[in-house]
Amino acid sequence: MTATTTAPVATTPVPTVKQPPARLRAWATRAPLLPALIFMVVVTQLPFVATLVISFFDWNALYPDARHFTGLENYRQVLTDADLRQSVWTTVLLTAAVVLASLVLGLALALLLDRKFRGRGVVRTLLIAPFLVVPVAAALLWKHVLYNPEYGLFNGLLHYVGGPQPDWISNTPLLAVEASLVWQWTPFMMLILLAGLQSRDQQQMEAARVDGASDWQIFRYLTLPHLRRYLELGALLGSIYIVQNFDAVFTITSGGLGTANLPYTVYQSFYQAHENGLASAAGVLVVIGSIIIATFALRVVSSLFREEVSRA
Amino acid sequence: MSAIAVQNRVRGRRKGAGLGLVAWLAGIVFFLPIAWMALTSFHSEQDAATNPPSFTAALTLDGYREFFGTGGGASPWPALINSAVASVASTLFVLLLALPAAYALSIRPVKKWTDVLFFFLSTKMLPAVAGLLPIYLFAKNTDMLDNIWLLVILYTSMNLPIAVWMMQSFLAEVPVAIIEAARVDGARLPTILARVVAPIALPGIAATALICFIFSWNELLFARVLTGVVAETAPVFLTGFITSQGLFLAKVCAASLVISLPVLAAGFAAQDKLVQGLSLGAVK
Repeated sequence: MTATTTAPVATTPVPTVKQPPARLRAWATRAPLLPALIFMVVVTQLPFVATLVISFFDWNALYPDARHFTGLENYRQVLTDADLRQSVWTTVLLTAAVVLASLVLGLALALLLDRKFRGRGVVRTLLIAPFLVVPVAAALLWKHVLYNPEYGLFNGLLHYVGGPQPDWISNTPLLAVEASLVWQWTPFMMLILLAGLQSRDQQQMEAARVDGASDWQIFRYLTLPHLRRYLELGALLGSIYIVQNFDAVFTITSGGLGTANLPYTVYQSFYQAHENGLASAAGVLVVIGSIIIATFALRVVSSLFREEVSRA
Repeated sequence: MSAIAVQNRVRGRRKGAGLGLVAWLAGIVFFLPIAWMALTSFHSEQDAATNPPSFTAALTLDGYREFFGTGGGASPWPALINSAVASVASTLFVLLLALPAAYALSIRPVKKWTDVLFFFLSTKMLPAVAGLLPIYLFAKNTDMLDNIWLLVILYTSMNLPIAVWMMQSFLAEVPVAIIEAARVDGARLPTILARVVAPIALPGIAATALICFIFSWNELLFARVLTGVVAETAPVFLTGFITSQGLFLAKVCAASLVISLPVLAAGFAAQDKLVQGLSLGAVK
């Protein structure tokens, strides 16, 4: 239908404008892309290639003269290193727990905020706030103001009900880091899912209600399938940022008590131990892990994409 | 109206009020840490570090005075200014690079354009730590360490992929027919961009800029490794408080609040744009 009306416009040659040769036109179409592409290759891909090269050298920054090629020795060391395997596990646990918990909480909050009630705008503003606190500041807030065993708010409130006064960070270090991250990322998930809820087809919902569908049925068979793209988008973006989390681990526990994730471990092995070769090998392994996750994730995104294209 | 319908409606309204109350409760629970941080920042250090917490202690600006350096500590102003420069400059660079790219990808799609988009997003999945060491060594050998413009370049690369994605979906909203019509009327590319594309895509561009600003302002890892005294940013300044014990609680709270303020203000002012941007423009 639309093809018959738009096609002539596109194909009719415009007499006043001289058409440049096809090759030149192809370049003109690509040219706007080039600055961004070149910039990204230079700033992100070149350093990674350098990391790859350094990973094959035994190179401690404190003894630069002793630098020599060692082949895969760094990888062997990294893979057999118990601390590093621990930090791989920590990274997986941290990311999965935070993404899942904040998605579920975010969904619940989005469903609550999708209804009309008095002061909805105020409540939304209150809920968004944690996402807008600078991550280091948020981590400091949890470490000193909330978790502190002597004067933290949590134990202060427990005092009123006569509860125990635990040392939160020492007792459950990983959970303490996770809780602070869930607090920060739940608003992010809520915002994405709320946008999804508000883009539902209202007529379809109304029709289902007239047909006598219950709230649960509407949620299960209309809302949830519609939200799938938004849940996937939230999980993908959340994972990208939480896998790389450095601020919370660095601030709350300084990587101690089994909370060192991969970014913190790599940071530590080159910034504090000056082991350039080892740090690079660990970095390369992080990338390989990320590529595995990314391949899976990109397939998800490309399905998001297909839907968008087919709608257009 | 039947009696059953009336009954259902009343029940529905009562349930709605109940759920509204739950939403309010959730909002208060999530905001409580921030409210408590704000209250603590106005307490004296002694009142801040009490158990049980004091809700009625006298209010004072001492925490803020301490933070701004009148108490003899380091002034936070250089760090705040560095953060402003890094965030604003890198956001401008991102827009400068992402706009043409997104334009090429959305309005005049090149062959294999999805591949290019995926390349951009895949760089986002390359963990920052994977390139940190070469960048550090490069900066050290070229005397770029502790230079705010190095951070500007890195923050640009950090936000560019997401920005291209967001703006691509915003620009895809501009109907091609309008652009064709303008071209037939003899308008050249700059005119088309300024008069046709920009007005439609402007809210999306604003959302993109806001998100780039927030992520740059918040960044810690690069800033921590690559800056020292001169180019220190606000988050790096905050890391000075990591081990502070008890005595400086009010100061820590004041510092955290002041440094979060630009992001809080921008985010509150542009809540809807934030939603649109975070969903990568998937929501219209």
